[in-house]
Order: sequence, then structure tokens, then C-alpha cells
Amino acid sequence: MLDVRIEKGLVAEVRSSLPENGATVVDCTGLVVAPALVDLHTHLREPGREDAETIESGSRAGALGGYGALCAMANTTPVADSAAVVEQVFNIGRAVGLVDVFPVGAITVDLEGEKLAEIGEMHASKAQVNFFSDDGKCVQDSGLMRRALEYAKAFDAIIANHAEDRGLAEGGSMNEGEVSGILGIPGVPDEAEELIIARDLALTKLTGSRLHVPHVSTAGSVELIRVAKRAGVRVTAEVTPHHLSLTDTLVASFDPVFKVAPPLRTRADIEVLSAGLADGTIDCVATDHAPHAQEDKEKEFDKAPPGMLGLETALAVLITELVVPGRLTVSELVDRMSTAPARIRGLDGHGGPVAAGAPGTLVVFDLEARWVVEPARLASLSDNTPFAGRELQGKVVHTMLRGKFTVRDGEVVHGQG
Amino acid sequence: MIKHLLSIRDLDADGIERVLQSSQFFRDNMGRKFPTLRLKTVVNFFYEASTRTRTSFELAAKRLSADVLNFAAGGSSVEKGESLKDTAQTIEAMGVDCIIARHSSAGAPNRLAEWVSASVINAGDGMHEHPTQALLDLFTIRRHFPSFEGLRVAIVGDVVHSRVARSDVLGLQTMGADVTICAPPTLLPPGVETWGANVTTELDPLLPELDVCYLLRMQLERQKRGYVPSLREYARIWGLDRRRAALLPERSLIMHPGPMNRGVEIAADVAEFPRSVITDQVTNGIAVRQALLYLMLGGPEAKEEVPDTV
Repeated sequence: MLDVRIEKGLVAEVRSSLPENGATVVDCTGLVVAPALVDLHTHLREPGREDAETIESGSRAGALGGYGALCAMANTTPVADSAAVVEQVFNIGRAVGLVDVFPVGAITVDLEGEKLAEIGEMHASKAQVNFFSDDGKCVQDSGLMRRALEYAKAFDAIIANHAEDRGLAEGGSMNEGEVSGILGIPGVPDEAEELIIARDLALTKLTGSRLHVPHVSTAGSVELIRVAKRAGVRVTAEVTPHHLSLTDTLVASFDPVFKVAPPLRTRADIEVLSAGLADGTIDCVATDHAPHAQEDKEKEFDKAPPGMLGLETALAVLITELVVPGRLTVSELVDRMSTAPARIRGLDGHGGPVAAGAPGTLVVFDLEARWVVEPARLASLSDNTPFAGRELQGKVVHTMLRGKFTVRDGEVVHGQG
Repeated sequence: MIKHLLSIRDLDADGIERVLQSSQFFRDNMGRKFPTLRLKTVVNFFYEASTRTRTSFELAAKRLSADVLNFAAGGSSVEKGESLKDTAQTIEAMGVDCIIARHSSAGAPNRLAEWVSASVINAGDGMHEHPTQALLDLFTIRRHFPSFEGLRVAIVGDVVHSRVARSDVLGLQTMGADVTICAPPTLLPPGVETWGANVTTELDPLLPELDVCYLLRMQLERQKRGYVPSLREYARIWGLDRRRAALLPERSLIMHPGPMNRGVEIAADVAEFPRSVITDQVTNGIAVRQALLYLMLGGPEAKEEVPDTV
């Protein structure tokens, strides 16, 4: 049992039985103190769809989920494909002050997959973007993808390509397989993801650049990444909590809350994804937090947009699904949710370790606490959580950003800005 | 009786048997009007064009003395952007007891059943199911064979896009029939091998053993998407022409849910063969839907007005 002393935003000391010396004492007996979580994949919807989420509401959700940093995806309206938009997102994030918001720049103009966005300008901006993605859309053109990877090398930037072959995925809104065959819903086969990952790995090898594979969903993808890593390809990968815990059988309800891209796969995929996360083939967990306004999700399954909330449930889903059954240790959990994603994006000040001199950006969570997910009680402006009504184990108690509480005793602390 | 009929799975063998027995009564009394659903309101809630299913339900409801509303999405507030949920709740607010839903999206009737308190009958949802078609197909077969047990039925054609096929395979298997699915590989659904039916791409070897040869409508727009190279080729390899029809045993039935593409999945003259029961399917559809509405909406007071033989 160790005590942590925080001074002027930094961890000053970590050792047993520190003297109080007039400091504010927060009793964390029985709780885990770890570096705050880092999400490489968040949709904050601002600018453009502030009815679904704002940078402020998303920041609140992030802080409540134990996050100290969120990477805001580029598919906003307008698209974050210019220095102006990424700086706007960065500035609002700073003004809210509950988490550090790091914008993701688009790879191509307006996510259209036709012309490179101004990657250098976004990198040179105040937001210092070093991570680019057209997420929600896949760069289909192999020549353009090669150029993106090559060009990004000038800034040691990472290209994260949503892996989905357009022709194979066309019309599909769930996993292709036994369940889609019965439901009569056109499916997206595993190969739509795997073909693009295989191509992108080949192009990354060709260019010597850096690739990040977002939301890996199939067993075959894990194997492709494993082989590429062994061959020295500079690739990292993420998996979402929902792809580690939910299967396509849930679509039988026809409830679009279970519609996501890539789609929920099978139990066999979950086994391989979990093993891949445990052995480090998949580097980290990212939420792909994708809020949607209620009226957008309350549609026919094939007409509803894909996406699920994730920030406020991610830690508990992983504890419930992986830590409790013994598939991941607590220190591995912290690595996959904080240290690894911070390292991938090079976020100094995030990802720990909790040691003297490090920023006081911490999460304190209870491994044993059980709670039931109630959509109406989430901080997100949207309520499209696939875990509604589910009992989860593990709860965030406190979150700190540079020595200040953003969440204390499970409640957001205001006035950080 | 069940509140909603969203899938043929909602009925077990006993439930299907009950519908078929009631259907026989209404088939025997075709054209007669019953007061059973007086003061009940039924809406045909059609988000997708349909002639035979809509008119069949309309006639069935009217012959039971229900008030019938016809809602079509075309020309309605749906074109102004109103959501399915809002439209359904608006319709229900007018005091509707049963929503008969046809929609191009799989699962739309399931969603409706969550949003409204009226009974919902699935009249065809996307590529998912068409349970009343399965019931009328079972009833049509029942009129020619004493039992479904061991009956050999082939369902031929565009299975992947067919809601009729999904409901029929399930319904036939529930009643004990031996089902074979026959289609080009591009028109077989993913996971079809888990359906409990035999699966083949070859039609000719099947035919001499069949009790029922059920042809599915080849959806012409599929040709453009490259599921088959040409309709001509499809007709030559998987269409029931005169030569193939001659391979069928004397006892066997030729069925089709309609509308037919004559010359594609079925040759024009084969559709007129004495063994073809395609027009009977249409007539039987009214009786089956009467039975279903009676059983689902009739309530205890209705049972006094219809003879015990129902």
C-alpha cells in the first residue's frame, strides 16, 4: 500500500506512509491508482452535430470514464481536414479543461478519399496533429493510401485507416454469417476488413511508414497484424470494448443500438481478439465512442447510423470481461488503456508511470464495485449504449488532470477551465 | 393466441396447426361475412408497394367486419421525413387494434411492436420474413397431403433475398417436412448450411423425388448487381421449364408466391399445369389471414359468434 503526494500538478512522491503535513488527504484504500486513461478513438461530434455530443459533454463523459486524454476523430461537420478546424477542436478542449482533447486530422479532403488533406499544416498548427484518419470511411485507392503513408513520414505521423473494402461491404449493416443469413440483413464479411489491412500492411512495409489499425474486429485481422509485427512492419492496433464483449447474435433484436462499423462479430472472434490484446499483438483498447442523437438511432436497423457510446463503460467492460475471468491482469489493463495508447501517439504527460516527477494525471478506480448501466445517467448527450441494463464490475472513483480533480467520488468537478 | 406475429417462429407446431384448422373453416365459407371483428380497427401499414398482400389482408379484415385503414408511405408524411416511430404512434393514437406492417427493412415490425401497444402482424419485412405467406403455403400444401411429416419440398431460386424462403423453410420444418434449398451459390444465404435443410445447386436430380416444387421470384434488379450473369442463363439452369416439370412425380405441387416472372423461374405454360396451385395460394391467403385475425383479435366474445368447428 503506497501513498501518493501531488504538488503543483505533479506527482511529488510515491512511498508508504507519507506524512500529511497539512495536505488534503484522499483515502484510496482498496482502490487502484493508475495513470489516467487515454482514448485514441473518440467521436465528439463538435463542430456540426452538437445535439449528439459536444466537446464539453464528451469531455465530461471521458473524465467520468477515467480518461485524461481523448483523440477526437475528424469526421465532424466541417471535417477536421484543415489547421483551422483542428485548432478549433483543440482550443475548445482546452477551454473545457476536463480532459486533454487531441484532434485527429483527416487523411483526405472532406474524407472523400480523393486528395490528401493538408497534413503538414495540421501538424504545424497549435494542435500539433500527428495522427490522421478518415475514420468512418476507408481510403480505398491504394495509390492514394501509399502517398498518405509516404507523406506522413515527413512528420513522423501515423496513418490510421478504417479498414473496409467498399465492394465487399456494400449494403451490409451487420456481420456476415449465420445470424445475418437468418435475419435477412445484408452482411459485411470479415474479408472486407482483412483485405484492406493486408493491403495497408504491405504499403506500410513498402513505405517504411507508421500505420495504426483502428477497431480490429476479426480473428483474421489479428493474425495479419501478428505476422506483420514479426516481420518488423511499423504497425500498431486497437480493439474496442464492444468488439471484446458483444456478438452479432444481439442484432436479432433489430435494435440499431447494436449497429456499429465494423460490425459485432462472433464469439470465436472475441476469443482471438482477447488473446491478441493480452499478448500485445493488439496494442491497446480504444472506445470508438460514437454518440448519435436518439432520433437518428430510433430507426429501422438498416437505416440507422452505425456507432455506440463507449467512454463511460470502457474500463468496467474490460474489468468485467477480461480482468475478472483472469484473461488480463490489472497492470496489463492499465497498459492497454493508458500507457500503450499514450506511447503510440507520443502524448507526453499521459500514460504514466505514477512516479515522482510525472504529471498528476491519474485515475482511481474500484475493481470490485458493481453497477448497472443506465443510459439516462450517462454524461454523454446521447444514450446509444449497447450495455444498457447490464451489470458491470469496476467503477471510476476519481480522475485527476495535472493534479486537479476532474471527477471526485464519481461526480464531475466543475471549473477546471 | 400470440399478440404479435413477427416471425413464423412465433408459432410452434400446435399454433400453426390451430391457424390451419381455422383457415379451413374460412376457406369453406369463403365469401361469407362474419361479425367477429366488429368495432375493431385494423391498419394496413405499408411502407413498400404490394398488391396481393395488402388486398388479401384488406379483404380478410373486411370479411370479419373490422374497420380497415390503408396507410401507404408514398404520398404520406413519411415523404416529409417523419420517422417510422412517429408515424406508427400517430396511427395508433387514432385507436388501432392491429398494425399489419410491410416494410423494406428487416426487423421493422419488431421495432413497431416495441413502440405501440397494438398487435403487429409482419406482412413482409425486407429480406427477413413473411410469416403469413408461410401459413398460406402450409395451408395450400395441407389441402393436398394428409401430413407434412416426411413431405419432400424443394425451395428453388433467389433464397438469399427471399423473406418467403426464410419463413417457409422454418414453417415447413416445424411441421416435419424435409426441405431442400436449391439455388446458384450467389443466391444462397450465408450460414444456410445451419438451417437444417439440404442444400444443393443442382435442380434436376431433385425433381423426381419431390412432393412440392416451390419456385421463388427471381428479383430482376439482382441481375444488375451481378448475382447471375443473365436471366436467360438462370432460366436455363434453374428455371422450371416443361422438360423439368415432366420429371416431377404426378402427385407433386408446383408453387410460387407471386408475382411470377414467366419465362425466368417458371415457364409460362408450366404455371398453368394442373399440378400448379399458384392461384389457389392467392385464394387460400384470404382464408388464412381471416383465421389469423380471428385468432389474434377476436377475443372471447368473438368465439361465441363463430361455430365451434373453428
